Amino acid sequence: MSPPLLGYSDLAIAAILVVLNAVLTWMFDLGLTRTILIAGVRVIVQLLLVGLVLKTVFALASPLLIAAVALAMFAMASYEISSRQERRFAGAWGYGIGAGTTMLATVLVTAFALFGTLRPSPWYAPQMLIPLLGIILGNVMNGVSVTLNAVSTAIVREQPAIEGRLALGTDRYTALKQLQRSALRSGMIPIINQMSAAGVITLPGMMTGQILAGMAPLEAAKYQILLLFLLSGGAGLGALGAVYVATWRITDERDRLRLDRLVRR
Amino acid sequence: MDFALQAGECVSVAGKSGAGKSVLLRMIADLDPHDGDASLDGAACSNMPAPQWRRMVTYVAAESGWWDERVEAHFLPGTDFTALFSAVGIPTEALAWPVARLSTGERQRLALLRALTPQNRVLLLDEPTSGLDDENTGRVEKLLRNRLSAGIAILLVTHNPEQAARMATRHLRVRDGQLVEEPS
Repeated sequence: MSPPLLGYSDLAIAAILVVLNAVLTWMFDLGLTRTILIAGVRVIVQLLLVGLVLKTVFALASPLLIAAVALAMFAMASYEISSRQERRFAGAWGYGIGAGTTMLATVLVTAFALFGTLRPSPWYAPQMLIPLLGIILGNVMNGVSVTLNAVSTAIVREQPAIEGRLALGTDRYTALKQLQRSALRSGMIPIINQMSAAGVITLPGMMTGQILAGMAPLEAAKYQILLLFLLSGGAGLGALGAVYVATWRITDERDRLRLDRLVRR
Repeated sequence: MDFALQAGECVSVAGKSGAGKSVLLRMIADLDPHDGDASLDGAACSNMPAPQWRRMVTYVAAESGWWDERVEAHFLPGTDFTALFSAVGIPTEALAWPVARLSTGERQRLALLRALTPQNRVLLLDEPTSGLDDENTGRVEKLLRNRLSAGIAILLVTHNPEQAARMATRHLRVRDGQLVEEPS
């Protein structure tokens, strides 16, 4: 079976559902009509635009252009992380911790996938590299931003307890152990849940897409397994890095809590 | 500002709210970045790891923090709880309680108790009896006097002039960022 190609009329039919939703919320005066319509329009514009851009990038297959696209993706992810923080680190650290750990984890895991298992030729083949980078980056970004937010909010909330321990002569890493654990947990729970529920509660999005596009279910399942491993590896590495860098930065070498290095948005 | 504290001596610190009394104690405990240095028997704070300094020069904040749900987890294993708890009027069973069950006054006294270790040389106490009735204030003061006679020095922030007179031999006041000694 060859993949059924979608026409714009097919999309227009599917869009009826969004419009229906908008009409219903308008009828019941739920105040969501505008938001739903804007989100619907954004999906159309953003994804078609990305499709067009990728079409060009794939056709040109220029390493420089691919690198530029990857950099732009990193920049947007880093901005997203720092804007999701309730409190963030002052100065360049506010952007740097999220950006640094995300980039490191994403590059490591993507390289691992490219050279270890998928082995495309050339290794930077954009059809492989860009979607892979995108999905790994998105997951690492979520892991890192949830973790960072958990660290900074918990540290402010738990300040009396942490300083109480420090004042009795506990070193900074022992005093923050509990907090590191729970922050790491909140950063990794989504991907762990995703792995546990995969195939049982929902069919993962990528696998669904591949099956719809005509791939054999078992082959699609193998791809999905590989991907979930990559995503959990990336999210785990990113969250771990974020926890350690953040707790290191929020304390100093005299085992003091440095809440002055955090700023409220 | 510059001052010294002798072994077994209690010095009180008074001053308006926000004058910097707690800041002073936190500075001595090296809990905030600051200029200047403190030393104990000639050994400078900046020359030893901060945890080691704080086990000898121990700060007890006015507002206690708790890092576990159980009271027991805040004490070193091997502590003699029966004597310790009864000295401040808290039943020994409180050890098995969750922290959430403690009253404000009980928290304050337990936060002081958990800071008392054989390594203490100086105690930096921030209003250790502010939430207590007269009877329990008396118990805490007695406990502190025992520590003083064992050679421990105490820097005591208090809003209560009578307590300062009862406990301390010298009286300091924080005013406009300066530390001045007041006549007894």
